[in-house]
Amino acid sequence: MKKYTESHEWIEVADGIATVGISEHAQEQLGDIVYVDLPQEGNELSKGDTLCSIESVKSANDVYTPVSGEIVEINSSLEDTPETINESAEGEGWICKIKLSDEAEVEGLMNLEEYKKMVESEG
Amino acid sequence: MAELKRTPLYDEHVRCGGKLVDFHGWELPVQYSDGIIKEAKAVREDIGVFDVSHMGEIFLRGKDALKVAEYLVTNNVSKLKYGEICYTPMCYEDGGIVDDLLVYKKTSEEILMVVNASNVEKDFNWIKQNAESYDIEVLNKSDQYAQLAVQGPNVQEKLQEYSGVRLDQIPFYSFKEGRFNGIDCLISRTGYTGEDGFEFYTSTEAVIPLWRKFIEIGAKPAGLGARDLLRFEACYMLYGNEISKNTTPLEAGLKWTVDFEMAFIGKAALQQQEEKGLTRRLKAFEVIEKGGIPRTGNKIFSGDQEIGFVTTGNKSTTLNKIVALGYVPSKGFKLGKEVEIEIRENKRLKAKVVKKPFYVGSVNPDKHSDK
Repeated sequence: MKKYTESHEWIEVADGIATVGISEHAQEQLGDIVYVDLPQEGNELSKGDTLCSIESVKSANDVYTPVSGEIVEINSSLEDTPETINESAEGEGWICKIKLSDEAEVEGLMNLEEYKKMVESEG
Repeated sequence: MAELKRTPLYDEHVRCGGKLVDFHGWELPVQYSDGIIKEAKAVREDIGVFDVSHMGEIFLRGKDALKVAEYLVTNNVSKLKYGEICYTPMCYEDGGIVDDLLVYKKTSEEILMVVNASNVEKDFNWIKQNAESYDIEVLNKSDQYAQLAVQGPNVQEKLQEYSGVRLDQIPFYSFKEGRFNGIDCLISRTGYTGEDGFEFYTSTEAVIPLWRKFIEIGAKPAGLGARDLLRFEACYMLYGNEISKNTTPLEAGLKWTVDFEMAFIGKAALQQQEEKGLTRRLKAFEVIEKGGIPRTGNKIFSGDQEIGFVTTGNKSTTLNKIVALGYVPSKGFKLGKEVEIEIRENKRLKAKVVKKPFYVGSVNPDKHSDK
């Protein structure tokens, strides 16, 4: 089951590995994405660190890691086709996979319903 | 926050899925539901329509209208025939730019100046102040005019049958008054995209059916995002980015719009700058290393030395290249010269000087000239 952050990332955990991306709502707000500055495999990150930067024709936007851990895989296809995030933000447009160092961090994140409420209240 | 101004097409924008933003106090669509890339592509390959009703219309009327216009701007208005238009900066005494605008030479006693929305008040006051001792009236009619820009290589072909005016008889940078689909308009062959196109000035009531007609004809609604991307690819100036009170037309590469034969405000300063030689110039760059996109204000380096700054940067979706405009020293930065652009702290990307403009569209002064 996907979990969401206040800064509009999503994660899905399986076997201690979290797949991370930006939400459908976030991609809609960004508009046409033309560049993803992908993170590096092997990097160790703490929750809240900048994971990567996504650039749309309008602006550059930082993506933050929802959890701490080591980046074990990146979606390198985004290098040539960043628009995959526009087409499938919460599917094929995933950004990277992180090996969790603290599974408890996931508990504090929102489920879809809570996230939707937050987005609505942001207006 | 002060209340945002809306153009008469506000409801149409909402209906077309427009994503509305605050643009210098105007609530305007940055894009519609299909997004900036598709909108820009429609303009490059077919036709698109932009609501540019926020632009300012300032009229000079009276015996001295021509004389004042000639004195206010750097380009040579006296050379224009009636029915012709010129693009020109308007300068302060020190050569800094008040605004860039289009001058429409209507009659010997009527000149229309079309100015940037963000500068209407400032321009109006500047013009009035400099027209005080002359026999003219300066009128800000911005609220009474709506304006649509229809742009793209197929524009003449697709619009002709609805136009009461022969569009092929409006050469580039000329205008005619007449009817389009029964609506009174001033039709001018101008634009801000690098493509062939027409701009239609009409009343705030008539603009809604006009907008709908263009969409019915097949023009894709395009927003501010596409407009900025397209003007950037064609290397047209954006006031506040490439040009401002702190830059001169010569530095911006607009020497072709400065006629030193004429007397105009700022002439002495520009002449002096010309004689002494420019210290900096606006150049075009292509980023040749992956890692991001330069943005306005990013610093430009040569080795360890900071040498300039980016005025606009983006991915050209037409060319599929990451490109930027920026000011660097006028000496030593010829075509092919490598620099580095700092896109954020500790991250610099290699770029090289390339030719302006990045992209040449269907705009072609010769093609539409009847000479």
